[in-house]
Amino acid sequence: MIDTIRSLGRWGLSSFERLGRGHLFLIRIVAGIPELFLRFSLVVHQLFSVGVLSVFLILISGLFVGMVLGLQGYNTLVDFGAEESLGVLVSLSLVRELGPVVSALLFAGRAGSALTAEIGLMKSTEQLSGMEMMAVDPIRRVIAPRFLAGLISMPLLAALFSAVGIFGGFLVGHGLLGVDDGAFWSQMQVKTDWYDDVLNGIIKSIVFGFVVTWIALFEGYDATPTSEGVGRATTRTVVHSAFAILGLDFVLTALMFGEE
Amino acid sequence: MPLIKIRDLHFYRGDRAIFEGVNIDIYRGKITAIMGPSGTGKTTLLRLIGGQLRPDKGTIEVDGQNVHKLSRTELYELRKRMGMLFQSGALLTDISVFDNVAFPLREHTNLSESMIRDLVLMKLQAVGLRAARDLMPAELSGGMARRIALARAITLDPMMVLYDEPFTGQDPISMGTLVNLIHRMNAAMGLTSIVVSHDVTETAEIADVIYLLSEGRVIEKGSPVQLKRSSSQWVQQFMQGLPDGPVPFHYPGTSLAEDLFEQETS
Repeated sequence: MIDTIRSLGRWGLSSFERLGRGHLFLIRIVAGIPELFLRFSLVVHQLFSVGVLSVFLILISGLFVGMVLGLQGYNTLVDFGAEESLGVLVSLSLVRELGPVVSALLFAGRAGSALTAEIGLMKSTEQLSGMEMMAVDPIRRVIAPRFLAGLISMPLLAALFSAVGIFGGFLVGHGLLGVDDGAFWSQMQVKTDWYDDVLNGIIKSIVFGFVVTWIALFEGYDATPTSEGVGRATTRTVVHSAFAILGLDFVLTALMFGEE
Repeated sequence: MPLIKIRDLHFYRGDRAIFEGVNIDIYRGKITAIMGPSGTGKTTLLRLIGGQLRPDKGTIEVDGQNVHKLSRTELYELRKRMGMLFQSGALLTDISVFDNVAFPLREHTNLSESMIRDLVLMKLQAVGLRAARDLMPAELSGGMARRIALARAITLDPMMVLYDEPFTGQDPISMGTLVNLIHRMNAAMGLTSIVVSHDVTETAEIADVIYLLSEGRVIEKGSPVQLKRSSSQWVQQFMQGLPDGPVPFHYPGTSLAEDLFEQETS
């Protein structure tokens, strides 16, 4: 009994300690961001590996999610004779919810895990330590550019996901199921509000990008420097990111759309 | 006045004492070796000197500055004058050999690319690997990686170089090369070298002073010749690599007879 309480206490303490380390880590990253604008090439390099390399996955997934939405939406709407509203259904689902959330989940799996593994391996091969001894702060030189790249990439990827998804919905709706294309686009344009829908979706994806990149980089930086440690850190990145994305999505949705 | 002055150094990992009252003086221009069995905290000592770890008690002064009282900026300024050769080399794996050696110059100076190229080629020439500049770290052998890391450690012309187990896991040729390089560079560049190692023969060949550490204390110090003549049995066992002596062959525990008897009765 005492042992259980003791281990619970130890777990609680170490969790809070880790949380504290994570926040101090974030403060150091943010402090390093201003000087990145003087050396933007570091960020551009990371934008490629974090963002551009995720584009293919995002495009394919977005297309299929949109096509499925078109099929499912049509089957429901047609019962009410409202199949012309398919464009609205597809675009609102994507822009408000699925775009930011699914692309963030994919981003965590593709880019987040890669970031954790890369940083974790740099740590275990003493590359970070070596930089410190060369008087180069690894947080400013290695971590901060990746963080900024994640922050910039995520909303752009989410926007691509939604755009391709809507196109996928249109392909199925118009091409396969015969929904009028004029009705599809015009209803979508009328009912999708720039501020309420698109902007809120963008805010969500910025928040998700922030959290996923932060988790991924911290897990790598804090990983036990062994192959097992890096493996576990990579798994934790994906699991914790998924929890964070879904939990934050609920909170943000409640804040943005709760009063309607 | 010594370049590095370590006084009453105490350092603990959890409850385990790594150092308990270590005093070391490292003089300018000399090669000082820190030796001892595995697990005596030799690498930890280098990390303490470099300011990557904090001592629990005691002070470390480098060039008159207390390393652990410096601000972050001051510590980084001091580190620019320290080179460190990691056991693994610690080369950045995503950039070429050339870029690795150029890394400190690009980070800390505003030199033109043509100037950087000249300096990097000179450093690579010094370690004999100028022609390997376009290789990636993954394509290097262990000995080559360590020589490249050495070139990188001296790129900023430091006042001292810390070597962490430079000879471990090297074939005889690259071992000889490294011994020769450390010795030559110390003389040619007016460096101060601190070599952490347990390779007795190679280290004794080039060291001016050797400190022997064990169980958190300095057991003996002196020139290689003095140590070889030491009357201490422990020193003799370590310097000659004898399997048994003050450091027992058997891990401390009950005797074999007791162990066998215990099993029979139970």
